[in-house]
Amino acid sequence: MTRLQHGGSIDRDQPLEFTFNGKRYQGYAGDTLASALLANGVRLIGRSFKYHRPRGIVTAGGEETNALVQINGTADDPGFSEPNVRATTLKLTHGLDVSSVNCWPNPNLDVGAINSLLSPLLPAGFYYKTFMAGPWDRYAGAIRRAAGLGRVPKVPAKKRYERRYAHTDVLVIGAGPAGLRAALEAAKSGASVMLVDDQETPGGHLLDVKSGDGNHAAIQALAADPQTADLINYVPRTTATGYYDHNLVVAVQRQPDDAPWIYERLWHVRAREVILATGAVERPLVFVNNDRPGVMLASAARTYVNRYAVAPGQRAVFFTNNSSAYGAVFDLADAGITIGAVIDARPEPEQDLIAACRTRGISVYPNSVVIKATGKKQVAHATIASRSDLTRTRDEACDLLCMSGGWNPLVHLHSHSGAKPVYDERIAAFVPGESVQNERSVGACNGDFDFDTETFDIDALWEVGHNGTTGKAFVDYQNDVTTADIDLALRENFQSIEHVKRYTTAGMATDQGKMGNANVIGVVAQRLAQRPDDIGTTTYRPPFTPVSFGALGGADRGALILPTRNTPITPWNLEHGASMNEAGANFRRPFWFPNPGESDASAIARAAIAVRNGAGIYDATPLGKFELHGPDVPQLLNLLYTNRFDDLKVGHGRFGLMLREDGRLLDDGVTFRMEDHWLMTCGTGAASGVLMHIERLLQTELTHLKVYVVNVTSQWANICVCGPQSRAVLQSAGVDIDLSGDFKFMQMKSANVAGVAARVARVSYTGELSFEINARRRDALALWEALIAAGKPFDITPVGSETSAVLRIEKGFISAGTEGDNITNPFDAGLGWIVDMDKPDFIGKRTLMRDLEHDIPRQHVVGLLPEDPEFVVAEGSALLPREGSRDFQGHVTASCYSPTLDRPIALALLKNGKQRHGEEIVVSGLDRSIKAEVTKPVFYDPKGTRMRS
Amino acid sequence: MLLIPCPFCGEREEDEFVFGGDAKRERPTDPTSTSTEQWVDYVYNSNNTKGESLEWWWHAQGCTKWFRITRNTVTHAITPESDR
Repeated sequence: MTRLQHGGSIDRDQPLEFTFNGKRYQGYAGDTLASALLANGVRLIGRSFKYHRPRGIVTAGGEETNALVQINGTADDPGFSEPNVRATTLKLTHGLDVSSVNCWPNPNLDVGAINSLLSPLLPAGFYYKTFMAGPWDRYAGAIRRAAGLGRVPKVPAKKRYERRYAHTDVLVIGAGPAGLRAALEAAKSGASVMLVDDQETPGGHLLDVKSGDGNHAAIQALAADPQTADLINYVPRTTATGYYDHNLVVAVQRQPDDAPWIYERLWHVRAREVILATGAVERPLVFVNNDRPGVMLASAARTYVNRYAVAPGQRAVFFTNNSSAYGAVFDLADAGITIGAVIDARPEPEQDLIAACRTRGISVYPNSVVIKATGKKQVAHATIASRSDLTRTRDEACDLLCMSGGWNPLVHLHSHSGAKPVYDERIAAFVPGESVQNERSVGACNGDFDFDTETFDIDALWEVGHNGTTGKAFVDYQNDVTTADIDLALRENFQSIEHVKRYTTAGMATDQGKMGNANVIGVVAQRLAQRPDDIGTTTYRPPFTPVSFGALGGADRGALILPTRNTPITPWNLEHGASMNEAGANFRRPFWFPNPGESDASAIARAAIAVRNGAGIYDATPLGKFELHGPDVPQLLNLLYTNRFDDLKVGHGRFGLMLREDGRLLDDGVTFRMEDHWLMTCGTGAASGVLMHIERLLQTELTHLKVYVVNVTSQWANICVCGPQSRAVLQSAGVDIDLSGDFKFMQMKSANVAGVAARVARVSYTGELSFEINARRRDALALWEALIAAGKPFDITPVGSETSAVLRIEKGFISAGTEGDNITNPFDAGLGWIVDMDKPDFIGKRTLMRDLEHDIPRQHVVGLLPEDPEFVVAEGSALLPREGSRDFQGHVTASCYSPTLDRPIALALLKNGKQRHGEEIVVSGLDRSIKAEVTKPVFYDPKGTRMRS
Repeated sequence: MLLIPCPFCGEREEDEFVFGGDAKRERPTDPTSTSTEQWVDYVYNSNNTKGESLEWWWHAQGCTKWFRITRNTVTHAITPESDR
């Protein structure tokens, strides 16, 4: 055991059991997974992304790139799975089950480690070069298995997630000393203040230094001040992950105090002002094998000792280029850990620090460097050399190698906000530049360090350099990027830092360069003999730390992901076994009504035959319906539609075609003229677009027109009784108007149907005699049931959307969304008869004039009769002049088996199709190519006598 | 995500709006007598302004009103039409 006898903020009275790679261990409440593993002497955590090198714990915070684990279950959700969780921030809970990532069968004996031997074959840019050649799909699987990290969860999480929104005057991110002071000042000025912090308790880096520190006590007092607590909305365990436009900050909160059953809560915070107090993270030093388990940031080792009472090693060597590491040296020494040596790259370290080491019996070696760590799965020696002569080396035994290469202010959120960090020579790091949004950085993230040494002194050391020793020196642990990769990129002339990043992948992925970026920039600057500020930084992108899909989705899962709209008939449909599906504008509709034991295809065909020969009933409620009021509606409609509407008589309807200004189909539908207003219908899915189109015209270009529009889609139910027996069905149900004689096709009349006040319209969606009955929503279900009862003697059959589609294809009724594909104009679609080019103007007319001026070949809607009577061609199949040709002449837009014709039929767009009726063409699908005859795009009742009957 | 000042509802999240494009584009008053070149320019060509851009927005999930704002396409700074 390496748990220290005393100290730390763990609760030794609360032991917690957990499992790592199948083995049971014990930790304490207050531990992270990383501290608990270290306390149990576990140093090897997983394998690296590309070379499968053994990796351990490097940090004690969110910047960890090596110690990633897979959660395989928690006490409250044994099936829970989450990949690539940082062991250093994962709060230890009882029953937690985790395993290593990217190794098989385990991190000790990892088969994939062969990649490490193959590494000369896997340099930077390997992907770009290799994947240019050969059949990618042959080796993609193997490569994908070998690389990458954790596994995607197989079952949905039982844990609960949610989203919250907040508005505040001031948002302070980080509750370290600087953030706390800023929050208090802002609150005292009367502003509303929200303070988010990723730790359990406020204090920031002071939580990691030895308790009893005077400053620490002052902060605790500040945090405990009741006045502070009242003024500030303090939200702990919350990581700000992104900073977006107009001061929007997104943050993830873990297990909120007010709702402990929530696993993660995603906050969207809009703030008048944002104060960034995110602190700084220590950066590694770049020497050979700087990724061996046991090589750790000096500050992390200090955190494990002070905060978790864990000795991360028994004999430590420190390697630093700055004064901050000495605080860690003293704390480790005082905790009883042997300090083998302090290797300081600076020629003249502070005398008082050297003296303080000497009193503890610690030797300091100025002007020295560690050029290499040795040991296989665990560091065993540090190879030390003089900076002036790297060839003269000696080995110092150690099981912990603490490094400090300086500090990177966490400028990530500042960078997200659109600002550019700038280089600060004084601390050899990038600090926030000029603000773009209303934000300010304070404390360590602004480069104002507050270490326990009097001053901060650093001698920039981007890499240690060679003495001929071989091995990998990593600049980016997460993506396995070495100094050799940077050399290669520069050699291949990728010299801009943006190019170096993309070629080597340094600074990419979840890490976003928190640890490695400064060293990459430093190494590139050194190689190109430039200064780091000339090189500049790449852009840090959100999220700052990975955000789970669970948090992003919040409560929007399962049935809540997309709320569906029901019609008044939905309960009846469900009761009668309808196969329901989502079909436009979120409406849930029946697709078909199978009888027990009946196949889907048979159910679709049976209903189609019923409509053609007897009677069907269809719920057309989802159809978009708008009321248009005002004296200028005729003028508006004349502009909206390609045909005239001003001459339409009251009680009559007309089919209209609506175009966009580029002459392409927007929608089609029937519009009726009522006594005192007009009723427009449009496609279910097109309704919101049509409304936007009309509102835009009325509010922006045609402001002189006196028209207003009301969406009444949900107010009116629409039941369509169709088929040659539909008149008889209505009569049998009881209707107070004459359904024949002067009630002509395209008329609408007020009527009482089966005791329900309604409007009855003679329009046809199927090509058969049809009556569409519009009734108030609350009356619709009773009316539907009355019609079903009245239709019983006629064997009335409920019709789903799939049957409706079949009936429409038989009739060659095109759909604006399929045959009208943003290229098709009305003439191509066979709808020229409805385009009145003599009207002075309508939307799309001028572009149609241009289409007509130019004699370029266009694709026209045609019918297809495939030669094989058993084979329904796939929608999307290509049309070719002959087998094997690559002359693509069009594609199948709609295809089905026609029960009426008892053979497969299809509609298609075909080049010069109107002139090619009777020709033979090849329909080429994925599986099969077959011949088909090109026909007129109508297969049934071409004159339309049935719907007018 | 932008915070857009609707002249009727106040500042609301971008989610509630639909972008309506360049508000300086005007439909020719008499399309039939407009030359093909001018018409094609109106229908197909739009400016991708860098800097201040006068734009239409539709408050689809709110008051359903169309309105104009000036948005700086570089900084996203928004000036309501009433403030111009």
